[in-house]
Amino acid sequence: MEMFDLTLVWAFIIGFGIMMYVLMDGFDLGLGILYPFAPDEDARDVMMNSVAPIWDGNETWLVLGGAGLLGAFPLVYSVFLPALYIGVFLMLAGLIFRGVAFEFRFKSRRNRRWWNRAFCWGSAVAAFAQGAVVGAYIQGFPVENFAYVGGAFDWLTPFSVLTGLGLMAGYALLGATWLILKSEGHVQDWAYKITPLLLALVLFVFAVISLWTPFVNPRVWERWFGNIQLIWVFPFAALACAFVVFRSVQKRREGVPFLATIGIYVFTYLGLIVSKWPVIVPPDYTLWDAASSPESQLFLLVGMVFVIPIILTYTAWTYWVFRGKVRVGEGYH
Amino acid sequence: MELDPLVLSRLQFAFVVSFHAIFPVFTIGLASYIALLHGLFFKTKNPAWDRLSLFWTKVFAVVFGMGVVSGIVMSFQFGTNWSNFSQASSNFLGPMLSYEVVTAFFLEAAFLGVLLFGRGKVPQGVHLFAAIMVAVGTFISSFWILSANSWLHTPAGVELVDFRFHVTSWSEAIFNPSFPYRFMHMAVASFLTGGFVVAGVSAWFLLRDRDPDANRRALSMCLWLLLFLAPTQAVIGDFHGINTLEHQPTKVAAMEGHWETSGNVPLLLFAIPDQEAQTNHFELAIPNLASIILTHSIDGEVPGISEAAPEEQPPVLIVFWGFRVMVGIGLLMIAVALTGLVLRRKGRIYDKRLFLKGLTAMIPMPFVAVLAGWIVTESGRSPWLVYGMMTHAEGLTPSLTGPMALFTLIGYALVYGVVFYAGIYYLTRVVRNGMLPEEERDTTDENFKRPMRPMSAAHTPFDDDVDPVRS
Repeated sequence: MEMFDLTLVWAFIIGFGIMMYVLMDGFDLGLGILYPFAPDEDARDVMMNSVAPIWDGNETWLVLGGAGLLGAFPLVYSVFLPALYIGVFLMLAGLIFRGVAFEFRFKSRRNRRWWNRAFCWGSAVAAFAQGAVVGAYIQGFPVENFAYVGGAFDWLTPFSVLTGLGLMAGYALLGATWLILKSEGHVQDWAYKITPLLLALVLFVFAVISLWTPFVNPRVWERWFGNIQLIWVFPFAALACAFVVFRSVQKRREGVPFLATIGIYVFTYLGLIVSKWPVIVPPDYTLWDAASSPESQLFLLVGMVFVIPIILTYTAWTYWVFRGKVRVGEGYH
Repeated sequence: MELDPLVLSRLQFAFVVSFHAIFPVFTIGLASYIALLHGLFFKTKNPAWDRLSLFWTKVFAVVFGMGVVSGIVMSFQFGTNWSNFSQASSNFLGPMLSYEVVTAFFLEAAFLGVLLFGRGKVPQGVHLFAAIMVAVGTFISSFWILSANSWLHTPAGVELVDFRFHVTSWSEAIFNPSFPYRFMHMAVASFLTGGFVVAGVSAWFLLRDRDPDANRRALSMCLWLLLFLAPTQAVIGDFHGINTLEHQPTKVAAMEGHWETSGNVPLLLFAIPDQEAQTNHFELAIPNLASIILTHSIDGEVPGISEAAPEEQPPVLIVFWGFRVMVGIGLLMIAVALTGLVLRRKGRIYDKRLFLKGLTAMIPMPFVAVLAGWIVTESGRSPWLVYGMMTHAEGLTPSLTGPMALFTLIGYALVYGVVFYAGIYYLTRVVRNGMLPEEERDTTDENFKRPMRPMSAAHTPFDDDVDPVRS
């Protein structure tokens, strides 16, 4: 047991799981957010078809993260969920509606308009709630005796509203660049057109959040302007990625915008982690305070060692099977 | 009126779990049935088995899809409303639930797609293998869930230190004393549910003369199965009851409506338990029968509800009547299965219309029985969340207020109401459309091109009006 720090291993697994979730469900939620702005119903078909075979695999990372947190970092689970009680409900309700919309939109004629709305609103609400979670995490939670003691709407501040809107914009950008990759013709033209606008919006919101964060959380201030200068690598790397997105859209590259957008996310995420490390339940509790017993972490790790590679392989395989463009008027065979 | 977060949270949990539970309890049995149909087709090459497995796979797809959607909520319920409990029990329950997620995912990811979309595309043997793996996967999934649930009833292999459970023995905790009985009881309940639904739908098809060749086979198979399973379930239930008497005597006393500890306990057929007066009204009883059932001796002593202090007693009225509903339906099931045997002797199970109609009417019954049984066992644990170690009140989220709990309760009810309505509507369309000759089915070509999603496999349009968006 002293050979390696199980808690660190689990921090890596959970961190990786969250990253996977944000990137993968990010672009399919983003398509839902862009839904009302789509040029026509054919474009909506293409948008939904481009993620229909993979979205529930993407969402599995969320369920896996929820259960994994309970197993490895129960304090996170038992503080975050009560603190974000209303937000969690809104997120789940949103995810359910959009999940059902995937099925019924194509089978429905009379009510297609309603399933369009369910897909759009469900995605938007879920994305906003997730963004607000990030904001609430940056702010910190009042905790006494290992239990959350704040009110129902403590998480809902101007700051968390901004992070919620910021994540919506970010997901929409992921969705738009994904659509560039997966579509052609007038749908792709539209995606090319909106990507720079979304990028500008994302950069603006991220800039405001970055300026605001040190004032919300003094500890972050200390870290940013203290002696760890390496931390400045991340925002610059993210900016470089944003520049690549901008240039590659101008040159009408198809794959690069999506990959570079992922880059923006990865570096922002790493920057957030480094700003907070090793605090996991802000302001007071570290990874090790929040961990479950080593026996439980080890018992669960045995299973994960087998299952995570299988999930990754399977995920890669489905993406491979469903590679290529989605055309108007046809799904996958 | 004061809104009590404890009552509302329990109501919410009961609602969400009940809603979710009716799907897996059906899919577990149905998955095995589909695997069996695949096996029969593989062995005999008789196309009737293939037609049956195609139809039931469509039903499976819709029900499984609904189960998945409602299941997402479950993994967050412990944290939102029962954070103290999840914090305390995470060392054991965290790994259990995680293993459930990863094994269920493993099944879904690897084999469900092949089962739903591989027909005619992969070799028959591979398709059969996928069907078997899906069936096995549903059992692995229920293994973890029932182990976790049983542990709440008969906690073992742990010690409680500073309001936190620490696992001292994984094997004792996972295979806790009530687990084998609960697992068997639920497994057989799943097969009974699947059996009665398949029998009822086959009977409905026979009444309409749709594919009589295949549906006669299905009905006959089901009736043999039910003839074996319905009485078996009664025996397992009996063993489960004796196990409960050993570990949770107050629950059994509430099921029997038995207040004071005594011997020669009668079996109450009817009574209105009065918790305040700690007695029953309007009793109708068979002398000594409860003693015989519970202790297997004519004058065996059975502990009474009043052994527990009033504040530690479960809600007797609910437990008492829930138990009677479950057992009543169980007896009805045995009666139906025996009727089938009698009619079979005369070769009339396929054309006795009253019997076929009766079978169709039985379709909702196993679901009612499962929910009633679940209410008995869960309410019977009250006020304990972890039996004898932690109460519901202790496990509740401290920051939770009544209005918050009410808001989400209503919210989930609305969300699930919409989902359930759409799902049942779609399911009835799939069944109405089922077992018709190819040319009479209303399928649209478009639907065959839909990508891999459980419900997409059902190939049935949701409504058939014109498209207002495009036209």
